[in-house]
Amino acid sequence: MFDTDELVINMGPQHPSTHGVLRVVLKLDGERVVDSDVVIGYLHRGIEKLSENRDWTQIILLTDRMDYVAAATNNLGYCETVEKLMSLEVPRRARYIRTILAELQRIASHCLWLGTHAMDIGAMTVFLYAFRERELILDLFEEYCGARLTYNSMRIGGLPLDISPGWDKKVREFCTIMDEKVDDYEQLLTNNRIWLERTRQVGVISGPEAVAIGLSGPALRGSGVARDLRKDEPYAAYDEFEFDIPLGGAGDTYDRYLVRLEEFRQSVRIVRQALDGLPSGPIIGKVPRLIKPPAGETYHAIEAPKGEIGYFIVSDGKSTNPYRFRVRPPSFCNLQALPRLIKGHLVADVVALIGSLDIVLGEVDR
Amino acid sequence: MADEKKDPELPTPPEAAADKPPSASPAEPLKGEVSRTDSPGAGVSAAAPAKPRTEPPAPKPDNPAAARPAAPPPKVPPRVAPKPGAEAAAKPEHKPAVASAPAGPPDPPPPADIAAPVFIMRLHDALPGAVTQLSYWVGDWTIIVPAGRLLDVGRFLRDDPATSFDFCSDVTASDWPPRPQRFDVVYCLYSTRLRHRVRLKVRAGEGDPVPSVTSIWPAANWLEREVWDLFGVHIVNHPDRRRILMPEEWQGHPQRKDYPLEGPGELLMESPLDWLRIRTAQDTRDIE
Amino acid sequence: MLDTVVIPLLKILILLNGVLIAVTYMVLLERKVIAWVQVRLGPMRVGPYGILQPIADAVKLMVKEDITPTRADKWVFTAAPIIVIVPALIVFAVIPFGDQVDLFGRTVSLYVTDINVGLLYIVSVASIGVYGIILGGWASNSKYPLLASLRASAQLISYEVAVTMTLVSLIVVAGSLSMVQIVRAQQDAHVWFVFLQPVAFVLYFIGGLAETNRAPFDLPEAEQELTGGFHTEYSGMRFALFFLAEYANMIVVSAVATTLFWGGWLRPFPSIQVAPLAWLGLVPGWIWFLAKTFVFLYVFLWVRATLPRYRYDQLMRLGWKVLIPLAIANLIVTGFVKVLL
Repeated sequence: MFDTDELVINMGPQHPSTHGVLRVVLKLDGERVVDSDVVIGYLHRGIEKLSENRDWTQIILLTDRMDYVAAATNNLGYCETVEKLMSLEVPRRARYIRTILAELQRIASHCLWLGTHAMDIGAMTVFLYAFRERELILDLFEEYCGARLTYNSMRIGGLPLDISPGWDKKVREFCTIMDEKVDDYEQLLTNNRIWLERTRQVGVISGPEAVAIGLSGPALRGSGVARDLRKDEPYAAYDEFEFDIPLGGAGDTYDRYLVRLEEFRQSVRIVRQALDGLPSGPIIGKVPRLIKPPAGETYHAIEAPKGEIGYFIVSDGKSTNPYRFRVRPPSFCNLQALPRLIKGHLVADVVALIGSLDIVLGEVDR
Repeated sequence: MADEKKDPELPTPPEAAADKPPSASPAEPLKGEVSRTDSPGAGVSAAAPAKPRTEPPAPKPDNPAAARPAAPPPKVPPRVAPKPGAEAAAKPEHKPAVASAPAGPPDPPPPADIAAPVFIMRLHDALPGAVTQLSYWVGDWTIIVPAGRLLDVGRFLRDDPATSFDFCSDVTASDWPPRPQRFDVVYCLYSTRLRHRVRLKVRAGEGDPVPSVTSIWPAANWLEREVWDLFGVHIVNHPDRRRILMPEEWQGHPQRKDYPLEGPGELLMESPLDWLRIRTAQDTRDIE
Repeated sequence: MLDTVVIPLLKILILLNGVLIAVTYMVLLERKVIAWVQVRLGPMRVGPYGILQPIADAVKLMVKEDITPTRADKWVFTAAPIIVIVPALIVFAVIPFGDQVDLFGRTVSLYVTDINVGLLYIVSVASIGVYGIILGGWASNSKYPLLASLRASAQLISYEVAVTMTLVSLIVVAGSLSMVQIVRAQQDAHVWFVFLQPVAFVLYFIGGLAETNRAPFDLPEAEQELTGGFHTEYSGMRFALFFLAEYANMIVVSAVATTLFWGGWLRPFPSIQVAPLAWLGLVPGWIWFLAKTFVFLYVFLWVRATLPRYRYDQLMRLGWKVLIPLAIANLIVTGFVKVLL
């Protein structure tokens, strides 16, 4: 007499919690997700193609526009790749400052993640608390390079600017504040029963499976795989600092949450060490006036807040622009796991899991 | 050690490239449905589509201008440079770049004083003849394999305990138009256990089948879709080969070097009506 | 004539306007309170400290275009907001804001009416409101509102049972269904019923949060999941009616909690007549009533600012596996105690 039918529902591209213009086509049985398809590309700007027609220095500001909440990390990855291609030596001071910027950026990016993730699950206050701290970092960046979102803060071979006097003191103050605030976040969420019920056993993915499907960054470490490029393939000045890699166990949303919260503390720790040991010296190495790397290709990856951001760059050795410029966007590869994660869960978990993967559509679509 | 590498290198490349792809016959069924976007994409076959293309807009007299903006993009600027006039004139500086494009990446062989890592030695032992060429540049190892052996090599690299490349970082491609096998499909691999990296590289021509490695590394799924979408590399046996970044009905593959830098994309921005007319034209293939 | 028609009509007029103004200012209060929790300022532009914001909101909502989706069921779509708002307002008829007062030489009672099944009336009328939500979600002919209205109906059934069961144990204690009599019973018992029925109060308040669709049970309108819930397709004044009804329901739940558990218009320590507490008696009863109600409203907002949202299945589990068994146990214990004493 009664027929049951599956309901196909479009989540996005305009939806409050798809973090941009992501579209997820959900096939629902009641509220349970039977099948899903992720549709992306709404924000495709052809950054790769564009980069192949810009010269090597101009590309830095295009990288800002991929993961626009972690622009400094994108700059760093690109500059390091070109330096690798040109076998350039970066002065130690520049590497230290780069590390500081990258870690501040990680904190800022995680703040944004925490805020939006908690908001998706309904805890709206955390959102504003996290943005309050992110604002402090934006102020620091503004003082360093004049921009608040798209920094263009690095150059091939070093940095465009040295830090201004007193900046390091402000960063230290920020570190003190941040340590307290992370405890605040934890008080609001970590032992909150509703939060636990909403995140535990939601979107469980085992370590080997996470590796196979290409997760990286905190999403992978939440499943207990100890892979952090800062340790495994140290870049910038990470080999000179002590820090821990937090790992999850169960591989659920809660573990990914805990991993990222601990990364706040570890990032603060790295920033402190870098400030303590900040060497003097030049901030940019010996860079030829015309940047023209020798013909060849390379792939270089660094640990962005969201995972492994890799640059595959081919130089033909003749022109002043890369022959091929390719980004391995962590959000793109992490998002690939979404259909696998949300299968069998409820609609409410879909938004929790999108938040848990920490994607930025500017980077997914490029 | 350098000698060992050169030995397999000499005999294999010609036949590996020529023979293996056709033998990987599962390509056939897919090819039919794909050819719509496949063949016209790069404008290699510019002459044939050019004729029918002028017809659909022509019967509509209301807007003759519509035909003009439509015309230049498919004309393949690199080759028919002087013809299209105003639109293409803006682009002269790009054409020489493509025209004098290098025939391919240098892929320099490893210097004699650097020992190949264990995983390459293991690969040589286990699958003799699978490696076309070995390359080393600024610390990165690249293994060039024929498309037909890609799955064997991939599976070996993932499963062998001495290699254990269980993480597929990236799949991408680069385009070298003058070369017959114009595409380099590049697989960036990583081992989460041994923490080493290697790149696999497969050369493929227009329409040559490249097997999907999704069965080995599920992570390659979307990455291969992107390679298909942006380069039109003919990836076969892929579980879900659709466009991923570009719209479903997009013509051509934008990351190719001979993809016009001005064309339908901008037409879409400037006069959507013209674009709609072209899109609804009877045979969409003719437009490109 | 004066007693049977004019005075009740005047009361209704005052009450209706009072409630509507209270509701609009409730919205402002919510924005302000949540803003303070979140170290923000909240509305500051319209009037000093934003106190005229509700008027601006009302004007905006009234002049906005009223859109009916083409494929919506027009009659039901139009009727749904009315079905939601009317019960929310008429419930106030039986809520005693205070005892009788002398006004212009007449004794006037500070409630519109006192029917002997007042509590039953509240429970039954308040539950009509959810039909509006279900119908509104269904009539929109849109997927998200449909999901939301399904959630709403499931939620209502689960929590209605628990709340009603809880109230039964209170009735056992009070011995009456009349709201006024329940308050008087607390005066006679020399204690507020919350001290006799603490479990019932907690259950009632949780159930009240759920029935008014407030955080952490705001699933039917979970913005982050269902883009807006059952009122996704509504705009302008019809949306405003849904909105007003939600806040009116919050006030109802708070007012009922005050009446049933916290002594209504009674001052604290209603029966202790000692000098240091004498000033408490100077404050009129209706002020006590409003103050207590305000405390609960504040708790509503506070909870919303603090807690994440439950998931649908967890909400069901909480309702059926925790609240209802507890309510039944509470009723049984209450019954035994009543019989034994």
